[in-house]
Amino acid sequence: MQWISFLSEYLIPLVLFYITGFAVLQKRPVFDDFMEGARMGLRTVVGILPTLIGLMTAVGVLRASGFLDALSALLEGPASVLRIPAQVVPVILVRLVSSSAATGLLLDIFRTEGPDSAVGMMVSILESCTETVFYTMSVYFMAVKVTKTRWTLAGALAATAGGIAASIFLS
Amino acid sequence: MLNGLWAFMMLIGLVWAAFHGNLAAVTEGAVASAGEAVTLCLSMLGIMSFWTGILEVGRRAGLMEQLSRGLRPLLTFLFPRIPAGHPALQSISVNMIANVLGLGWAATPAGLKAMQELEELEEERRAAWQEAGPRAIRRGRASKGLLPGVCPVSRGCASDEMCTFLVVNISSLQLIPVNMIAYRAQYGSQDPMAVVGPALAATAVSTLVGILFCKIRSAV
Repeated sequence: MQWISFLSEYLIPLVLFYITGFAVLQKRPVFDDFMEGARMGLRTVVGILPTLIGLMTAVGVLRASGFLDALSALLEGPASVLRIPAQVVPVILVRLVSSSAATGLLLDIFRTEGPDSAVGMMVSILESCTETVFYTMSVYFMAVKVTKTRWTLAGALAATAGGIAASIFLS
Repeated sequence: MLNGLWAFMMLIGLVWAAFHGNLAAVTEGAVASAGEAVTLCLSMLGIMSFWTGILEVGRRAGLMEQLSRGLRPLLTFLFPRIPAGHPALQSISVNMIANVLGLGWAATPAGLKAMQELEELEEERRAAWQEAGPRAIRRGRASKGLLPGVCPVSRGCASDEMCTFLVVNISSLQLIPVNMIAYRAQYGSQDPMAVVGPALAATAVSTLVGILFCKIRSAV
């Protein structure tokens, strides 16, 4: 697994070097472009603040009510068969529907277990290698008025299952 | 979809707390979480703005065009029945590159355009099928991406290309999970970047599974 930590260390510097070098070769005013993009990023982050407040509060309510612990206890048995920690199951299920709600649950795991714990690492990878299956499908198919989606769902779920298995294996 | 989910989380939390005598803790939890969301956003402002800044530098320098040229062989492999030079290929590659770079806002418009162009392609196939008749196609007069013996799907039905495109799209293509790095940093990770390598490996696995599935299904 040496090459994986190698990637972790060198991928970002490499991308930064490549993009900056590429833009300089194209004779772009790089810093002006950068500021334009950074300004857009500020707006994006501020834009997601209401979503984040709403969802983190909802997860906070679930956590404090004791529901999340009860759910984890309930899922312990079936989840252990698949070698998935019980807290991860709600993240997986919610992930299929909403990315930001899954983030709310993920941050709860970060808070209780820490991001460097085995569970923390697992959900970090999991959320990075999966997409909101149902949301994406409904948006894309709605645009062309397609209702019979044939094997799209099965394929998307197969890919997601592959991602989940890899997350378990790699953490 | 978020409307139902959010209401469900709030209501079940409150009802559960009422039955277990945790209502005071719930109020406290709600207040604390709302504050935490603001702290998280503030600390994410730096890294996220830096990243969108860098990506904008790349985008304006024509990085997307350069990368999508490199994607061409992969697209011919994934979509052998889309004729070369068809506009759908361009939109698909822009969508994929935007997803690889984590430019969600640039990915969706291109993706929706790709879906429309795929629908037009399927419409052309339907017309060609009508005109030529099944027998001509069986004899191998393959045009407009029509293959001998392969008939177009009916209206309202996803074409093979649409299925493949969406499965690959949903399999996640992101190269660097910048959000996740920011979250991990905020929650005191010793090494927030440690997720980069495993995430890329896991993304490769999910995408390969997706592609394999598509190849098997569209061959049947």
